[in-house]
Amino acid sequence: MERTAGEPRGQADQREIAKFARMAEDWWNPEGKLRPLHRLNPIRLAYVRDMICERFGRDPAGRTPYEGLRILDVGCGGGLVSEPVKRLGAEVVGIDPTEETIAAARIHAAETGCAIDYRVATTDDLVAAGETFDVVLALEVVEHVPDVAAFVASCAALTRPGGLAVFATINRTPKAYALAIVAAEQILRWLPRGTHDYRKLVRPEELGGHLGRAGYQVVDVSGIVYDPFRDLWKRSPDIDVNYMVAARKGGSA
Amino acid sequence: MGDREAPEVVVAGGGSAGLCLGLALKRFLPDLAVEVIDARPSGAASSDERSSAIAAAARRMLERLGVWDVLADDAQPILSMEVTDSRTGDATRPVFLTFDGNVAEGEPFAHMVGNAPLLEALRAEAEAAGVKTTWSDGVAGFSPEPGAVRIDLSSGKRRSARLLVAADGVRSRLRSLAGIKTVEWSYPQMALVCTVGHERPHHGVAVEHFLPAGPFAILPLKGNRSSLVWTERKEDAERLLNGDEFVFLVELERRFGHRLGRIELESRRQGYPLGLILARDFVKPRLALLGDAAHGIHPIAGQGLNLGFRDVAALAETLVDAARLGLDIGGIDVLRRYERWRRYDTWQMGVTTDILNRLFSNDIMPVRAFRDFGLGLVDRMPQLKRMFIGEAAGLGGDLPKLLAGHAI
Repeated sequence: MERTAGEPRGQADQREIAKFARMAEDWWNPEGKLRPLHRLNPIRLAYVRDMICERFGRDPAGRTPYEGLRILDVGCGGGLVSEPVKRLGAEVVGIDPTEETIAAARIHAAETGCAIDYRVATTDDLVAAGETFDVVLALEVVEHVPDVAAFVASCAALTRPGGLAVFATINRTPKAYALAIVAAEQILRWLPRGTHDYRKLVRPEELGGHLGRAGYQVVDVSGIVYDPFRDLWKRSPDIDVNYMVAARKGGSA
Repeated sequence: MGDREAPEVVVAGGGSAGLCLGLALKRFLPDLAVEVIDARPSGAASSDERSSAIAAAARRMLERLGVWDVLADDAQPILSMEVTDSRTGDATRPVFLTFDGNVAEGEPFAHMVGNAPLLEALRAEAEAAGVKTTWSDGVAGFSPEPGAVRIDLSSGKRRSARLLVAADGVRSRLRSLAGIKTVEWSYPQMALVCTVGHERPHHGVAVEHFLPAGPFAILPLKGNRSSLVWTERKEDAERLLNGDEFVFLVELERRFGHRLGRIELESRRQGYPLGLILARDFVKPRLALLGDAAHGIHPIAGQGLNLGFRDVAALAETLVDAARLGLDIGGIDVLRRYERWRRYDTWQMGVTTDILNRLFSNDIMPVRAFRDFGLGLVDRMPQLKRMFIGEAAGLGGDLPKLLAGHAI
């Protein structure tokens, strides 16, 4: 965190807090820079909910189907997934490697009254601390990690036996290159240029291989497609571009 | 939040739309804390003698919500509908268009229901479902705060909620406080509303005479009674309302015709100025407009109350879906779904009724010839007729689940 030399600490802190509050506003502005993520969010949350309810025998029409579950949100950002998951009754830990992002997420959670345990940490840090979870969520994360196999292995170490992991990411296909990189970044400017590196995208079968080796069994693979006429995302069998995977950790809960 | 009571949803306005929304939310999210607040004392609406046409879609929702059972016995089904186009003094009124009023086997496209029993049934069912109701205390002001909306009541009490729903009528105070602009124009017409008794049975037939001053609708009620919605030029309407009852009856008979025998007035004469008012925005952060607060339309097609019920079904589904995903139900991204869902439909209805009114409220020969040609065409095209019936029954468009009679 930057601080001008000689400046009284209190003032610098005030300025820092104001900066994080602005960042929180950016994260949570549905018409702002992160509009695409906001549009995508309901369908991701619905997928997560349906998978969790199926695995743990919960009622998806209830208000607190996650009661009693401990859930980790990896790469939580401003808390777009952590807060809804918290409201559905879970105990939530949200981790992100960036200190500013976690500070922004904390400010927003305080405003909305969501008691979430946000930490500046990586999955490796949590593994070292011996933490475990009923559900590990890694939405829009695997396409950004340097070593997918190692990342999936650390997720597995954090998932309790019989627990669930849910991933959302982008396929490595020509269609994904055209839509997720050329269209989204260069033509529509939905995302800053360079958000996604084509070489780092992961195919479902590759992810499935890592999951199997880490002790998971894949229970579902679903595509998420964009309907430009209704400006809505919906679930689809088409996994060429965006897709989600739910996997169950071996052993019994 | 401190000492403030903190329901999650506060509905300002205990009319049929507000109470119905509260009930729908409680039915499908029993844990959601919902409060309906109204400045009027409880039961103030029991003096409303008017009746309304409940379209099939709205009836399906009321049935799903457990309200229809109470109302069914006193509801008069509209079994068919006749449309005529004539001059006031014409001895006979040629029928240009008849509709058989069923949308499905044994399901009439609309029922006539008394406003007072409808409201009472909604209130009783909402309270039984756990909606908190507060009467004789209105919402005086509100301000959105991060994560909540602070609501100030006239009594000085306060609430803190996730969402405030403005169901406070066509002159919505909350709409103006929110700075939401409206598009409005008034018609040089007034609707005269009354109930008449008649000698002979109506057989469930609704009649709409397009007279030069505007539509004159005869809507069947239980027994040998009918509800009239009589549109008249403003000056004429005021004369008829305030003048001698004998004059009123004579003018009424001229328009009503003699088919149902002798008629007599069974209620007060009431007059309502006609206008079209559409809110430019239906939502703001932590605020949603519902029913007449979002739109007041010309009653030519009898769709005002039904539009309100469509709002209820769409907003309830939007909020229930969002709550079940854990989303913030007062968040603008959630509320925009409701707005997208309802705004187009509302504008379409507003514009259609306006065009209908302009087309039919005149006596210009070429216009009459054109509209009669149109009505005659529609009458000979069963598919088009079915579409009109479907629209009148409220079954067209992107239908919320409740309006199809399904659970959310």
